[in-house]
Amino acid sequence: MKIILDTNLCEAHGDCVLAAPDIFDLDDDDNVATMLIAEPGEEYRTQLEEAARMCPVAAIRIED
Amino acid sequence: MPGGRHPHRGLIATVEQIVIVGGGLAGHRAAEALRKAGFGGAVVLVGDETHRPYDRPPLSKQLLAGSMTADETLYRVSADANVTWTLGQAAVSLDRDRQVVRLADGTEVPYDGLMITTGRRARSWPELPELEGFHVLRSLDDAAGFREAVSSTSRVVIVGAGFIGCEVAATLRGLGVTEVAVVDIAPFPMPVLGAEVGKRAITLHEQNGVRFFLSTSVSGFAGQGGRVSGVDLADGRSLPADVVLLALGSAPNTEWLEGSGLELLDGAVLCDEHCVAVGTSNIVAAGDVAAWPHPQAGRPICIEHWAIARDMAATAATNLLADPGGRASFATVPTFWSDQYSVKMKSAGLLAVADRFEVVEEDTEKPSLVVEAFRGQELIGAIVFNKNKAIIGYQRALAGQLAGAR
Repeated sequence: MKIILDTNLCEAHGDCVLAAPDIFDLDDDDNVATMLIAEPGEEYRTQLEEAARMCPVAAIRIED
Repeated sequence: MPGGRHPHRGLIATVEQIVIVGGGLAGHRAAEALRKAGFGGAVVLVGDETHRPYDRPPLSKQLLAGSMTADETLYRVSADANVTWTLGQAAVSLDRDRQVVRLADGTEVPYDGLMITTGRRARSWPELPELEGFHVLRSLDDAAGFREAVSSTSRVVIVGAGFIGCEVAATLRGLGVTEVAVVDIAPFPMPVLGAEVGKRAITLHEQNGVRFFLSTSVSGFAGQGGRVSGVDLADGRSLPADVVLLALGSAPNTEWLEGSGLELLDGAVLCDEHCVAVGTSNIVAAGDVAAWPHPQAGRPICIEHWAIARDMAATAATNLLADPGGRASFATVPTFWSDQYSVKMKSAGLLAVADRFEVVEEDTEKPSLVVEAFRGQELIGAIVFNKNKAIIGYQRALAGQLAGAR
């Protein structure tokens, strides 16, 4: 599963961190989301779909 | 949500067509959630605007600033959502006995399940004089009209220092509009955030060249040659104005439900904790048109936040498809954000019930701020400036409290 995090769109709302804490974090300056695992396994699919659904700026896409 | 081989047991056995009335965020998310839950029947979305569902937060910020186009505010709709769009047509009445929604042109749209997501509209000024130059900001068309009306030499008066008023003031200053004044009867901008945040918001805006006229109200408007020329204040002062933005909050779009027998609370559709309209079994509501019993409020309330529309629409959709016994409660930590200048403001929790706000961390240089909100001794929320990680911690703690209270 490939996750596209568009850092140009990202506004560091942090909803992805709440939805998928093993995958996303905010950077030290609080400005942008970062990915802790580049290509997460299937076990994270539900969390990742939730992260994509919650993102206020649609910055997360899941590509199978 | 019922799963497995019988996704539509019970009530939903006869559901062939679900009608969503209201084409904003809640309507858009409702359609997506119905499909995600496996609903294979027809989904009809009725919207009074001609635009497909679009995102409103950028209207007072990126769209007004010109860094985002109208097309870029449209939500991406996946092809397999298979939605029948009925746009540019307002619903004018609801006949629950016959299970039809009647549209402005007389068309009747039958439904088995109905989702009410008609949202709210900007409040105007009572008995507004017939002059050019007045604007509200709620829709894409409002935003286009307002942007068209404002130039860098405009004298702009914003009536209302809520979130829209403050965001627009910040955006206009960013655009180089020299004269931006904000009037409000409250002593602070964004009063729901409390006095501590309010004081800092005044400083932030004044440092950026906005003039505030607080603790006073508008007594009238002056006009010249058919255009507004000034705003008169109750304290006797008078502000010259070419453009006036009325940022006076919103009113629910529920006139079309008059006579339907649905129960309204301050104009909003009264729902139970499952987002089901009280007294019905096949009608749900979501977003800021709905009043629902938030566990921490002690009474049904309407929360006009983007994230509430996002999440409530999903719960309402799955509950509409579920057996009455299998419905999920909608209980969530309200969250909110606002961008003004280089400050990202965020809140978590039901701030409306707070009786005390306390500054726990502040850096006036950055600037950053953490304010906690209490009801008695109980922490019920927090507000931050430029502390995105900190608010996540509060969101988690508050969600834990909410789960524990249920």
